Amino acid sequence: MSTVSATIAAPTKNGIDRVNPVAKLGAALVLAVVLVLTIDWVSAAVALACELVLFLWVGLSARTFFTRTALVWIAAPATGLTTLLYGKAAGDVYWSIGLIQITDGSIGLAIATTLRVLAIGLPAVVLFITVDPTDLADGLAQVVKLPARFVLGGLAGLRLVGLFLDDWRALELARRARGIADGHLLRRLAGQAFALLVLSIRRGSKLATAMEARGFGAPTQRTWARISPFGWREWALIGLGLAIALLAVGVSIATGSWNFVLA
Amino acid sequence: MTSPSSQSSVAGASIDARGWGWRHAGRRAFAVSGLDLRIEPGERILLLGPSGAGKSTLLHALAGVLGGDDEGEQTGELRISGSRPDAARGQVGLVLQDPDSQVILARVGDDVAFGCENLGVPRDEIWLRVADALRMVGLDLPLNHPTSRLSGGQKQRLALAGVLAMRPSLILLDEPTANLDPDGVREVRDSVARVLDATAATFVVIEHRVEVWRHLVNRVVVLDAGGGVAADGRPDEVLAIQGERLAQAGVWVPGVRHALPARHRMPGGNGGAASAPLLEAQNLAVARVKGVEVARAIDLRVQPGAALALTGPNGAGKSTLALTLAGLLKPSDGRVVAGPDLARGASASPIDWKSRLLLTRIGTVFQDPEHQFVAGTVRAELSVGPKALGVADAEIATRVDRLLARLRLDHLAEANPFTLSGGEKRRLSVATVLASAPRVLILDEPTFGQDFRTWQEIVILLTELLDEGTALVAVSHDPEFVAAIADDRYRLDAPVPVVVDR
Repeated sequence: MSTVSATIAAPTKNGIDRVNPVAKLGAALVLAVVLVLTIDWVSAAVALACELVLFLWVGLSARTFFTRTALVWIAAPATGLTTLLYGKAAGDVYWSIGLIQITDGSIGLAIATTLRVLAIGLPAVVLFITVDPTDLADGLAQVVKLPARFVLGGLAGLRLVGLFLDDWRALELARRARGIADGHLLRRLAGQAFALLVLSIRRGSKLATAMEARGFGAPTQRTWARISPFGWREWALIGLGLAIALLAVGVSIATGSWNFVLA
Repeated sequence: MTSPSSQSSVAGASIDARGWGWRHAGRRAFAVSGLDLRIEPGERILLLGPSGAGKSTLLHALAGVLGGDDEGEQTGELRISGSRPDAARGQVGLVLQDPDSQVILARVGDDVAFGCENLGVPRDEIWLRVADALRMVGLDLPLNHPTSRLSGGQKQRLALAGVLAMRPSLILLDEPTANLDPDGVREVRDSVARVLDATAATFVVIEHRVEVWRHLVNRVVVLDAGGGVAADGRPDEVLAIQGERLAQAGVWVPGVRHALPARHRMPGGNGGAASAPLLEAQNLAVARVKGVEVARAIDLRVQPGAALALTGPNGAGKSTLALTLAGLLKPSDGRVVAGPDLARGASASPIDWKSRLLLTRIGTVFQDPEHQFVAGTVRAELSVGPKALGVADAEIATRVDRLLARLRLDHLAEANPFTLSGGEKRRLSVATVLASAPRVLILDEPTFGQDFRTWQEIVILLTELLDEGTALVAVSHDPEFVAAIADDRYRLDAPVPVVVDR
C-alpha cells in the first residue's frame, strides 16, 4: 500500500529538483538580504565567483542556463551603465556632458552594481526555474505553515492564467469581428482588459464553487496527500547560501571595502 | 478505516424537500419554490424541466454551495439523510457543466486527491482512493500527467473521479456533457455507467439530452417553471405522457423530431454552379499560433445562399480555418480570396481589411458568446455594429427592435448580456452579427450545448438567411445540425501539427 504513495511522494527527480522549494526560497533570500546591505565590488565578486562554481553542479545545460538567465545578463550591465553615467561623482572626472559625468567614483559604483545584480539575480533564477508551483504550495503550507486556504487558492488561481491568455486572444479577434478594432490602440486595449477582467472574475467564481463542492474550506482539519520533506538537503542549501554570504562579507571587511548602505 | 474496494459499501443518501424554495439575492422571483420531493437511498434520477425551472439551483443547494443568508433567501426545508446540506458536505459530490473551471490542480493525481485532503482522509488512504477512482472512470494516466493536456471528456471524468474519491453517498451531475463533442459525451456516459454499477450512492443528473441518460436512470423528475414538480415517475411513463410538453420546454425527448423548415431557394441559383464564389481558399494553410500549422492544402469555395459545414475531430483545425476564412487570422500559407461581389472595392484579401469593413462583408459568431459581448445592455450590444458603420440613430433603433423581436430577446432589451441564460446568449451573439447584415456568416459550433427549442430557432433563422442569399460557413460536431443545414461539407482530418519556419 505504501508503494502507491511512494511513487507520488518521490517522483524521479535529481539534483536541485529534489530540494524543497521553501529551502530554495530561503537560500535566495539570505543571499539577497546580505548583498543588499553593502555596495562594494569585492563582496559581490566573491559571492558571484562561488555561485558560478556551484552552478556547475545544479544539473542545468549551458543552453538552458543562458536562455533562462538572459534577462539577468541584460539587466546587470544596463543598471551598471546607468550608474556609470549618473552615479555619485567622486575623484577624477573623465568625461562630462550635462548631467552625465563619468568619474572614478561612478566607475567603481557601476562595477559593484553590475556584479551585485548578477550575484543576486542568477541564483534566484537558477533556483526558481526548477520550482514546481504545486511543490512550492505544499512547502509553504506544510513547512512555513501559511494558511491552506490562502496557499491553495493561489495555486488553483495560477492554473487560470493559461486560460486568460486564450481569452485575451479570442477577445482580440472578436473585437475585430465586431467592427470596433480600428480605433485608438490605448482605448481598445483598455476596453479589452476590462472584458478580460469580467471573464476572469466569472472563471474565478466558478472555480471557487468547484473547490467548495469538494469540501474546500470545511471546518475539518485538512490532511496533505503529498509530503513536503525538509531535511539535511534543505538545511544544506540554506547553509550554503549563508556561507557564501558570510564569506563575501568577511572578505569585503578584511579588504576594507565594506560599504554599508545605511551608514 | 474503509478498505480500497469500499465504494460499494457507502450507503446511498435520501433527499427530502418540504416546501423548499430559494431566491437569489437581488432577484425578484424565486428560482425554486414550493418543492416537495422525496428521493429514496440509491435511486437514480434524471432531473428535467424548462430552463429557469431551478434545476441547477436545486443541485447547488444539495451540494451545499448555494451560500449563506447574504446570497439568497430560503423557504421550507431541504434535508440529506435527515441533515442540512451544509452539514452533509463531503457526502455529496457535484460535477458541473464547464470542464475548464473544474480542474483544480496541475497534476491528475493531485486533483483527484484534493477532495480527500479537505475531508481529512489519512495520506495512505488518499492514494488508494485516487487509484480506485481513476480506475472506475477509466482514466488510465500516470498520476503526474498534466491536467492541462486533457480533452474536455477527460476533464469531466477527472472531475467525476475527484468526487468519487470522496466516497459520496449522493452524486450530482449538472449537465456534465453539454460542452462536449459526441466522443466526449460517450466517454462520460460510459464512465458514469461503470460508477453506478459499483456504487450504491444516490444519483441525480440534469441534462437536456434525455437519450444520453434514460437507460441509466430509474426515475424522471420534471420541475415546473412555475414551481414544484410537473411530473415524476418511471422514465418511459413520464416521457410518454410529458414528451410533447417537455420538447416545447426545450428538452431533447427521444422520438420527438424537429419540424425543419423548407428551403425556398437552392444554392447555385438558376440551375448550376454559375454564381461566382464570395470567398475562396486557395492552397490555404492555417495556424492560430504563428508558425504552428494545424491544417494545410485547403481549397474550398463559399457560395451565396449555400451552407458549408466544416467537420472533423477535435484539434483538426476547424475553428482555426473558420477564423482564417473570416479575415481574423492571417493565412500561414496560401490565400483567402474575396470575390468582387464580396470585396466591393476593398482589397481581395480579408485579413488586410479594416475591422469596420468586415461588418457588412463577413460576420463571425464565436463558440463562446461571452467573448463577443462588448456592451452593458442587450440593446446597446445590438447597436455596436450599425453604430460603427455610421448608420443613423433612427434606423439603428428600427433594426435593433426588429432583431429583438425576431430572436425573442425583446423582454431582455435592458438586461446585461452576461446575465442571460446559455440559449439567450447564443441567440444574442447571432443577432449582434445580423445587425450589420453581412454577406457571409461564419459560425463556430452554433448549436453546442443548446436546448431543443434554441436549436430549432437557430436552424430556422439560418435557413431564412440562406433563402435571402447569405453564405454560411459553420464549424459543427452536431450531426443533426449538419444534416439540417449543410449543402457542402469540408472534412478536416486528424491533427498533425507541424512547426514550420516561415
